[in-house]
Amino acid sequence: MNRNKNAFFNGVRDGIPIALGYFAVAFSLGIVARRAGLSPIQGFLSSLLNHASAGEYAEFTVIMANAPYVEMAFVILITNIRYLLMSCALSQKFNANTPLLHRFMVGFGITDEIFGISISRAGNLNPWYSYGAIFIALPAWSVGTALGIVAGNILPVSIVSALSVALYGMFLAIIIPPSKKDKVVGGIVIAGFLISYIVSKIPQLNNVSDSMKISVITIIISGLAAFFFPIPKENEPADTDITQEEA
Amino acid sequence: MTHNIYLYILVAALVSTLIRVIPLTLIKGKIQNPFLRSFLYYVPYATLAVMTFPAIITAPQLPIAGILALIVGVVAAWHGMNMMGIAALCCVVVFFIENVAVNFF
Repeated sequence: MNRNKNAFFNGVRDGIPIALGYFAVAFSLGIVARRAGLSPIQGFLSSLLNHASAGEYAEFTVIMANAPYVEMAFVILITNIRYLLMSCALSQKFNANTPLLHRFMVGFGITDEIFGISISRAGNLNPWYSYGAIFIALPAWSVGTALGIVAGNILPVSIVSALSVALYGMFLAIIIPPSKKDKVVGGIVIAGFLISYIVSKIPQLNNVSDSMKISVITIIISGLAAFFFPIPKENEPADTDITQEEA
Repeated sequence: MTHNIYLYILVAALVSTLIRVIPLTLIKGKIQNPFLRSFLYYVPYATLAVMTFPAIITAPQLPIAGILALIVGVVAAWHGMNMMGIAALCCVVVFFIENVAVNFF
């Protein structure tokens, strides 16, 4: 029990810088949420339950477009699909005997950053470490979103306009450094920019929601890239156990 | 037809929770299919690129402010600046262009 307590507080400690960053970025996400017509409570709930910058941005574009619920499910599946991979990777970090409840709870808490600090722990992951980081970072993200919605109403237009690019700055921070190292990723980013721009200029596609365009373009680009440039196996650490277990 | 925002949030939460939880609860080995593995690896880069452009240009009041924010953001990211720094820098660029630089032209 004491070991779990230590792990929890280590998680809280490592989660503090994440929480601070989240608070600032969630604020600008709140501005997008406000444009989509969400109340502060709705923004808080969305961030508490979905907690993904790109995923929530896409979520708000679906709401803005008044698109069908099925489209929401599809868009979230596409924008958050990286968590599927992170969840796969984290499953290797767990002791095989880890109970289902812990697997569920740690999985629910996955974000880019929480995943990053959890996967880099030495040895097996103690779920309580992740809980500590989630405990401090998730409320910061959710409250930040709600405050962004509230303050978006009182901030001058010039400030709102400036903050409207913060999220895109974050996205650049995620996609540009890997583009430098990996030419295929760089090509994907450039193709994404170009195709997205061209599609936005096609008047016949004006009726298609932005989120649907994003999803379809993503599937096409990623599918082609995966077909022509499959990731070499050597990039992955050796793995001997390929059993799949129904829990 | 107008949709309920709470239902939208519920659907989004449900799907993202399933995505996060299913592999962790069911799979104990790595994905072996090379196409699927590669596809999942590339998806975040493609989707974030598509979402960033041209939206970064249409989001601010002046398109030129968005274009410059994009250029500055790419250069900063290329040189390894951290995420929060880049986000802040892009905001400063837009604010500067729209409120200071514009008065000189």
